[in-house]
Amino acid sequence: MSDTFDQIFVSLKHWLLGYLPVWSQPVISCLLSIAVIIVAFATLFAITTWLERKGLARIQNRYGPNRAGIPLTNISLFGLGQPAADGIKALTKEDIVPFAADKLVHFFAPVVLVIPVLLSYAVLPIGRNMVAVDMDAGLLFFFAVGAATELSVFMAGWSSRNKYALLGAMRAIAQMVSYEIPLILSSVSVIMMVGSLSTVKIVEAQSTYHGLLPDWFVFTPWGFAGFILFMISALAESNRSPFDLPEGESEIVAGYFIEYSGFKFALFFLAEYLGMFAISGLGITLFLGGWHAPFAWLTWIPSWAWFFIKLVTLVLILIWIRGTVPRLRMDQLMNFAWKFMLPMALLNLVGVAIWHFMTPGLPRWLVGFALVVGPYLLLGRGLMAGKNLAKRTYRFAE
Amino acid sequence: MLGEGIIKGMAETARNFLGSYVSDERLTTVQYPEERIPQIENARQFPFLLYDGDDWHAGMRCVACQICEKECPPKCIYIEKSKDKKPDYTGKAQFYPAKFDIDISVCMSCQICVEVCPFDAIKMDTEYELSTTDRFGGLLINKQKLSRSNSHFRQIHPTDAAEVDMRLAAEKAKAEAKAKAAAAPKPAPPAPVAAPIGA
Repeated sequence: MSDTFDQIFVSLKHWLLGYLPVWSQPVISCLLSIAVIIVAFATLFAITTWLERKGLARIQNRYGPNRAGIPLTNISLFGLGQPAADGIKALTKEDIVPFAADKLVHFFAPVVLVIPVLLSYAVLPIGRNMVAVDMDAGLLFFFAVGAATELSVFMAGWSSRNKYALLGAMRAIAQMVSYEIPLILSSVSVIMMVGSLSTVKIVEAQSTYHGLLPDWFVFTPWGFAGFILFMISALAESNRSPFDLPEGESEIVAGYFIEYSGFKFALFFLAEYLGMFAISGLGITLFLGGWHAPFAWLTWIPSWAWFFIKLVTLVLILIWIRGTVPRLRMDQLMNFAWKFMLPMALLNLVGVAIWHFMTPGLPRWLVGFALVVGPYLLLGRGLMAGKNLAKRTYRFAE
Repeated sequence: MLGEGIIKGMAETARNFLGSYVSDERLTTVQYPEERIPQIENARQFPFLLYDGDDWHAGMRCVACQICEKECPPKCIYIEKSKDKKPDYTGKAQFYPAKFDIDISVCMSCQICVEVCPFDAIKMDTEYELSTTDRFGGLLINKQKLSRSNSHFRQIHPTDAAEVDMRLAAEKAKAEAKAKAAAAPKPAPPAPVAAPIGA
């Protein structure tokens, strides 16, 4: 019973394909996967915008959206109609292209942004047997495609002919290039452990249960450090607070998408959130056991449900971080990337190698733990050295 | 240690998040159309014209002196003086505005018109729900729509209204006394010291 429910989407697809002529099956199969991915994650995007506004509001002791509900009635459903209202607004708004803009590039930037983001979903296993393309070099594909978003960000910033847009685009490039390195290095640790670039194999490697806990990589010292490094870099890659310098509302208004309105703006917004889901999904795949249940007795819940539960949890944590941490300054961002994240990620690779070659047991745990905590403390000290981190006092205010 | 502050901050925001579901005191937002905060006494939005008594036209205090029109910084007031006169509150014949329009899309609520008016005829209203579907005609307000009774003024700005009422009453009493003095038979001129010769 639980197995049929687990495989419901897979069997549904096979059942549908059975009615089609053989020659069209591969194409239709691809299109079906694409449609499901787009619909599922676009819905998640809509829900997340609502969750984010509600969550941030509650963090700031406000109500958040609580009006829009079912149209023409007084039923507000905690403001759940807000995403639909926002969508209609974005679709019906006037699309303004600046007079001096490079019209063609300006038009293509949001499109070019959404495509690689959607492509990266191809290799994410969102359930048992549920991956659009099982590539041997899936992880490499993900990072290669993910790096293409930088191009469109710069296209948007450059073609707008706006100083704020250009400043935002420059910041975005600097930030994304800097944080790509710790992002990839922290996932290299998983590749070293599994010995494969295939996302499906990585998930398989975390399928066993060891006592109470599952064998997820996050429950090892190097995996934990890798996961934290990965998520910090993921935050920076998806341009989210505290790494939202490219947007920097208080400094450069909206950064690279300042000159976009209407649905093009919505596409940027969509791509940003889809990128966040994709990279969180990769974090789940690499460190949080993919679609596996956290406990052996919970395996009756379908695998795809586990993937989305984990994804929503990660997204909620990202919203929580956004509600807490203020934006970094450019020099702080760079210092953090090159003086902390990069050495930490490199030392973590050493930790993985040692973990891999030591026999399982307490000594392995102690060494692994020391190899994470030691560098963390030392690098943290180095990062904070020479800085007066006391509470700031103001000479004239108050 | 690095990251300590972030943990503390996360704990603080989590406390706020959960606390907002537990205690209503934390939520300071006023759910506007259903509930609203009482306005402070000196709240001011746009000017209105005061009238005494029940008839807005007969009791209108404005004498069309056009000082406010001249002083208005964004020039949102338009006044046309009447040809005839009507009695004011003291009974003295005065001009009145044949036309008095305020374009509240231009008005910047500076209250200068109120301060320069020597007749206490224009005051600031507290009405703020003025949205309209017609952005030209709907925001150009004529003298009838501008007129508010003195009791309205007493209600929205009690302190100010009491002061104005007292002053006007005093002036009216003074005018009445003067009128009475003027109307009373004049005391006989002092008798001539010497009768003209030949009387």
